[in-house]
Amino acid sequence: MRADLIALLPELMLATLAMAVLLAGLASGKARHGLLGAGAVLALAATGVTLWLAAGATDPGAHFFSGMFVLDHFAIFFKALFLLTAALVVLLSHDYLKRNDYRPGEYLALVMFATVGMMTMASGVNLAVIYVGLELMALSTYILAGYFRREVKSHEAAAKYFVLGAMSSGILLYGLSLIYGATGTLDLATLARVLASAKPGPSALVGVALLACGFLFKVAAVPFHVWTPDVYEGAPTPITAFMSVGPKAAAFAMFLRVFIGGLAPLAASWIWLVGVAAALTMIWGNVAALTQDNVKRMLAYSSIAHAGYALVGLVAGGPAGVNSVLFYMLVYTVTNIGAFGFVILLESRGYAGETVADYAGLARRHPAAAFGMLLFMLSLGGIPPTAGFMGKLYLFAAAVNAGYVWLVVVAVLMSAVSLYYYLRIVLQMYLREGDGAEPATLVAAPWTERVIWACGVAVLVIGLLPAPFLAAARAMAGAVGLL
Amino acid sequence: MPTDFLLSAIVLTPGVVGLLLLATPREAVRLQRWVSLLASVATLVFAAVAWSRIDPANASFQFVEARTWLPSLGIGYRLGMDGISLVLVLLTALLQPIVFISSWRSIHDKVKGYVVAMLLLETGVLGAFLATDMFLFYVFWELMLVPMYFIIGVWGGERRIYAAVKFVLFTLAGSLLMLVAIIYLSFVFHSQTGTWSFAYEDMLRASVPMGQGFWHSPQMLLFAAFALAFAIKVPIFPLHTWLPDAHTEAPTGGSIILAGVLLKLGTYGLLRFNRPLFPEAWQRATPLFLTLAVIGIVYGALVAWAQKDMKKLVAYSSVTHMGFIVLGLFAGTLTSTQGALLQMVNHGLSTGALFLLVGVVYDRRHTRMIEDFGGLAAVMPLYTGAFLIATLSSIGLPGLNGFVGEFLILTGAFPRHPAVVAVAATGVVLGAVYMLSLVRRVFWNPLAIEANRSLPDLTWREVLAFAPLAFFMVWIGVHPGTFLSLSEAAVRRLIGG
Repeated sequence: MRADLIALLPELMLATLAMAVLLAGLASGKARHGLLGAGAVLALAATGVTLWLAAGATDPGAHFFSGMFVLDHFAIFFKALFLLTAALVVLLSHDYLKRNDYRPGEYLALVMFATVGMMTMASGVNLAVIYVGLELMALSTYILAGYFRREVKSHEAAAKYFVLGAMSSGILLYGLSLIYGATGTLDLATLARVLASAKPGPSALVGVALLACGFLFKVAAVPFHVWTPDVYEGAPTPITAFMSVGPKAAAFAMFLRVFIGGLAPLAASWIWLVGVAAALTMIWGNVAALTQDNVKRMLAYSSIAHAGYALVGLVAGGPAGVNSVLFYMLVYTVTNIGAFGFVILLESRGYAGETVADYAGLARRHPAAAFGMLLFMLSLGGIPPTAGFMGKLYLFAAAVNAGYVWLVVVAVLMSAVSLYYYLRIVLQMYLREGDGAEPATLVAAPWTERVIWACGVAVLVIGLLPAPFLAAARAMAGAVGLL
Repeated sequence: MPTDFLLSAIVLTPGVVGLLLLATPREAVRLQRWVSLLASVATLVFAAVAWSRIDPANASFQFVEARTWLPSLGIGYRLGMDGISLVLVLLTALLQPIVFISSWRSIHDKVKGYVVAMLLLETGVLGAFLATDMFLFYVFWELMLVPMYFIIGVWGGERRIYAAVKFVLFTLAGSLLMLVAIIYLSFVFHSQTGTWSFAYEDMLRASVPMGQGFWHSPQMLLFAAFALAFAIKVPIFPLHTWLPDAHTEAPTGGSIILAGVLLKLGTYGLLRFNRPLFPEAWQRATPLFLTLAVIGIVYGALVAWAQKDMKKLVAYSSVTHMGFIVLGLFAGTLTSTQGALLQMVNHGLSTGALFLLVGVVYDRRHTRMIEDFGGLAAVMPLYTGAFLIATLSSIGLPGLNGFVGEFLILTGAFPRHPAVVAVAATGVVLGAVYMLSLVRRVFWNPLAIEANRSLPDLTWREVLAFAPLAFFMVWIGVHPGTFLSLSEAAVRRLIGG
């Protein structure tokens, strides 16, 4: 029991501190942005330290809570990534909430609750535990999407996200129950044994298909992506940044754990499904992004496309594939948060700064921030020497190795397409002059700027010296039994 | 001077200085101009040191540097120089200061961005010539893309944005497939030896299966992926359509680098990678590439003949000249390959000079239309002389560099492919026709337009930019042995003869 609690300590701690932030927010009113923000960041940092201690105190191969929960390297990697993501998002939100005059207490607490849910998903080796984590994350995110209650778009985003999200959860749950009915277990290790020993019946296969649909919805893969652009556009921008990396990475964590782990014996049945979804996702995400004039929508389609690239790593499978997905999630997180940070900087004075044309001539007025955005666009497009290039390299190397050359060819062609719309932003910033009517000027938002700086440095460092980060990702994926 | 870090010094000096310049204030234009010029001159000095130290009889890579970068995949920071890369490095290092001198006055807006982009571009080019790791080569190859995009897109002509985007998408479409091919090649090596490596020397030892047909032949597919990337860069007909746009819209300095050096990366890649890595596929593809080369030679010349814009004319003449180089490479004899390599340098010198000189009148008149000129010989005697030298070099007058290159290519190719040579030789004639008619219309037709009467002749700065080019045109023309002997051993090794 004591070991169980130690393994769960990071989640317990973050949940407790989230409630503390919630109460402090209620008690202090809206004036205490700085205090509550600092509290949230400190809480996340303290959770990180706890995670480190708990990881040191437990055996990475051990199972807790009657085999439902693990704290293996895979889980630790993702938890650290989620804590980093949450901290960056809290910092991004600070100036934004203040400027738009919304209460920070509930907001910060919900980000932290969502993080608890994501952490649980990464540790669950039982479908029920994973589902509980997923729902905690999803419910918190639904509310966050609609947090700006004075904006109609924010309402719309929350409503769409909730309805479609709930439906996908239902499909997922139906899949779970069919699998449970066919095999009599929700434990991934037992599931793998049962599936390997006997030929699965039709109900198990239908269950796997439904499960795949639910998961594909959560990572926003085609054809389950239609919610993404509207929700990303309408949600408060820091929450868009959060949704595009945190919950997506968490969904990949459970995708890897369940499919590469528990459903490995059925790989022949689901791998073509996921492979085709990956190809469609890359194609449709990139092609649709070409025509977007709203930057948030464009980044939404871009994040769909990036889910497609990561799915290539999942299809590749094996330690190399899992490793490349982990590394890609890290790369994608720092890049995308940086890019959304820039979008946040631009939104000011009732002037949304959301269309591509608003970026005209920014390089001249704000050279440093524009340079950061240039790095993020190059990284998303996969141009060396940025992190995005290294991330794609490892995904593609894993897939070539596993024999999926056709998927890699689709991926690189779509990368070429993607550069067109990433360069559109660069083109506006550097190559066009603003028309001078209402020049978009960046507001003073020191914390947002610091996040952009940090992400920009990370993008370059990972791009130039990826070895230590890869070694970390490899060590994490090393015990790739995932069960 | 120790040579342990010589190649790193050559490759990194421009880029590092460029990044440092990024931190200077926007107004410090004088400083930015001088520092960038000095950095490029320093690079030229390093390249000259390499020239003096290299052992041309030794066919393998020299001044080798190898450091691990991504040990898990066997990717390293590996640089090495043989005679082939030396010649092209010298060309690059020579052209870069000329670019800075020529754009000293003509680029006055956003000077900092311009010099930084140019210096990063130079690092990309030099790195691609010197990389002996497939992955590092690809990184440098892609590194060139973004600076060139900015050079065309920011400082270019009216349709610059269209030209810049077209340049990027063409180049990227080819190079990404090359990335897949590089990974696959490394995978083949891994499956044959059990170790991961991206080192060029290791890849030479991997034997890629030839298989049947095209779609089931790994070697043919890999050859095609590499060749596509390089053919777009060269450009080989019919993939050349980005080139007139990019050239015409780029500023003078950008055109010089693009024509002088960037196109050479395509032919360099064919020679360095396609030829030794995929020998059987190379044999199989030879008829196709010879045909395309000849089409490019004749088609480029005819289209150049029809141009009304001087810069476009020079741009299409590049298609012709690059066609000769491809012909020399695929003819495959030692003589023709050596001729092709020399012609890469020659084309860099003569086309670089022509773009430079077209830029001179453009700066003065803000037009490049042939019909806007006429009779310039009377008002700009120095300029006329320079233009004539560049023209004669371009059309292959004996005694100047162009003759030697074309002669070697055609004689080297003749024994194996007489019909191809016969058709290609008409390209030489056509070249003389369109270039000399250009000279006649611009310099000797009556001086009918008033604005042309008061055109000032070359300034000392423009003379300074042109003089080194003319110097090497004569040197190569009179004594090509200096340069041919540098690369002979290395070329012999690559073509296995």
